[in-house]
Amino acid sequence: MSAAIEVVDLAVSYGDVRAVDGVSLEVAEGEFVGVLGPNGAGKTTLLELVEGLRRPDAGTVRVLGQPVWPRDPRLLPRIGVQLQASSFFERLTAREQIHTFASLYGVAPARGDEWLERVGLVDKADTRVEGLSGGQAQRLSIACALVHDPELVFLDEPTAALDPQARRNLWDLLAGINDSGRTVVLTTHYMDEAEVLCDRVAVMDAGRVLSMDTPAALVRGLDAPARITVAPGQLRLDEARGLPGVADAVESPDGVVLVTRDPARVVARLAAEDRLDGVRVQTATLEDVFLDLTGREYRA
Amino acid sequence: MTRLAAFRALSLAIVRGFLRDRASVFFSMVFPLMFLVLFGGLLGSQGPSEVHLVQVGEVALLDEMDADARAAFDDTFEVTRSEDLAYAIAEVRRGDADVAIEMHGDTLVAHYTETDQVKAAVTQGALRAFVDGTNVAQSGEPPRFALETERVEDESLETIQFVTPGLLGWAVAMSAAFGAAATLQGWRQTKLLRRLQLAPVSTRTIVAARVAVTLGIALVQMAIFLGLGAAAFGLTLTGSWWAAVPLVVVGTLCFMAIGLLAGALARTTEGAVNAANIVVLPMAFLSGSFFDLSAAPGWLQAISNVLPLKHLNEGMLDVMVRGEGPAAVLVPMAVLAAFAVVVTLAAARIFRWETA
Ligand SMILES: Nc1ncnc2c1ncn2[C@@H]1O[C@H](COP(=O)(O)OP(=O)(O)OP(=O)(O)O)[C@@H](O)[C@H]1O
Ligand SMILES: [Mg+2]
Repeated sequence: MSAAIEVVDLAVSYGDVRAVDGVSLEVAEGEFVGVLGPNGAGKTTLLELVEGLRRPDAGTVRVLGQPVWPRDPRLLPRIGVQLQASSFFERLTAREQIHTFASLYGVAPARGDEWLERVGLVDKADTRVEGLSGGQAQRLSIACALVHDPELVFLDEPTAALDPQARRNLWDLLAGINDSGRTVVLTTHYMDEAEVLCDRVAVMDAGRVLSMDTPAALVRGLDAPARITVAPGQLRLDEARGLPGVADAVESPDGVVLVTRDPARVVARLAAEDRLDGVRVQTATLEDVFLDLTGREYRA
Repeated sequence: MTRLAAFRALSLAIVRGFLRDRASVFFSMVFPLMFLVLFGGLLGSQGPSEVHLVQVGEVALLDEMDADARAAFDDTFEVTRSEDLAYAIAEVRRGDADVAIEMHGDTLVAHYTETDQVKAAVTQGALRAFVDGTNVAQSGEPPRFALETERVEDESLETIQFVTPGLLGWAVAMSAAFGAAATLQGWRQTKLLRRLQLAPVSTRTIVAARVAVTLGIALVQMAIFLGLGAAAFGLTLTGSWWAAVPLVVVGTLCFMAIGLLAGALARTTEGAVNAANIVVLPMAFLSGSFFDLSAAPGWLQAISNVLPLKHLNEGMLDVMVRGEGPAAVLVPMAVLAAFAVVVTLAAARIFRWETA
């Protein structure tokens, strides 16, 4: 499969802020890629560089085999973009908005109506964009990005303002698009989202990609021990420490917590001793990977 | 084909955005029309009205006047008759009449009031002229000196003739400049400009749509102004008025460029609109949009001559009400076009896609 996106040594600065600092990556056609990173990590800037909205200080970007800078009008109908700030025509209704975008891409207005339905905005079709809630505006913005059925889709925090229902619906929608062979690149702060949707995720901080792999491989790479919590009264602390495979054990209000690198063996042992009541097994998640890579301090 | 569809879609979006923005509709359509109604309707009817004269008893001077003289007299005076001098004087006091006249032998006695000094002067002057004229006529000598009066151009125009082109120029300048400034800034603020950069439409198509809508608005303004002026206030256009159409088109482009420059310089939509306002409003005063500048001091006229709106106004006055031929708009059009080009180049240099 050929590459949908090829980025080589990309860099751009705002004054002395190195927003993107030497990024190289490749996204295959049909892949679903997530970009994670704390606020100000450079996700939006990276996306804008890849979309061809900004001129890089250094490095090259090829999208669908074409360079994105300078602006190439033949490439634009093949990509769909939802910017982090929703960008609409002032004082138009949701329907007029998507019809306008449909016309700009040479698509029939009826397709716009279909998309309003898909993102659940039929009831709000005649509401002006100024009167939409944050999440509704977000969904309209996504619909406008997808109305022309692009091969490659960029979504900057598409689920940021969505309620849980809308978020799940959007997941289904994006998974469907991806299943039909479209390439999707999104940024998100939700680890569950990245874990569910993405074939691969890139973790960014301070303008650099720290790590890029499948969520499972990243978690495995973290090599973090699992934590098994046994309900209070089932197991004494010294007993717990004596179990084979247990590296450490501590008391907690929820019971005794066993720290182990071999959770299967420990659970099997607990089962054999019939001490499984209320047992909870926590393995490392993408969030642990994220915190491990990017640290725990607040970002500017 | 798709380019045309994109052009149409963008134009429609801009028109809708404009029509739904009450403030811009008010300031570009309703507000200037209020001025037209004010100047044309109220001030226009304030021309020198007839003097109301009460004739008491027989007044030989009037009764024996020949037909020509009598017609001239009736242009100035509206005559009613009365037999009661005291009552006639009371009418003058109350302001129901302006002057009461009676004959004492060969002397014409006029009872007037100084309440309205202009009218009092007109009344005395006119009566004296008629008395003198009659004396000359009675002497049998042909008069030796003659006076011919001719008012100069603009004063000969009725108020409505003069104010319509000027106010139209101001209205066109204002809505073109504001429209361009507000759209540019608004679209930049909402990141719509960036989004459009990623859609397969050329900058040329975007600009063309905005220009087309602004020109459309300007021509609608022109139609409303001229229609209302003609229908309600007796505006009469002279032969080559149609030459004002291309003039207004070029003028609109020029003021769009000024608005673009304001929009490129400012950081917020309000800032852009204020900047446009700061340029256009004083320019309207200095370009004779609100009052005639022919009596203004020379330095003021010199300033006004470097302002594009002055040339737009003058060109429109020439062809719309002064009866000049279509060639009269050529120089103003050239001046406006030159302004448009220079200002657009400046705006393009300063323009940034985003507010930094
Ligand atoms: N227009 C700009 N001018 C100056 N600095 C900017 C500009 N846009 C972004 N930056 C800076 O560049 C860095 C990267 O910003 P970017 O918007 O790419 O972050 P992000 O990862 O998308 O953050 P978030 O999660 O908050 O959306 C930040 O330090 C930010 O302050
Ligand atoms: Mg961002």
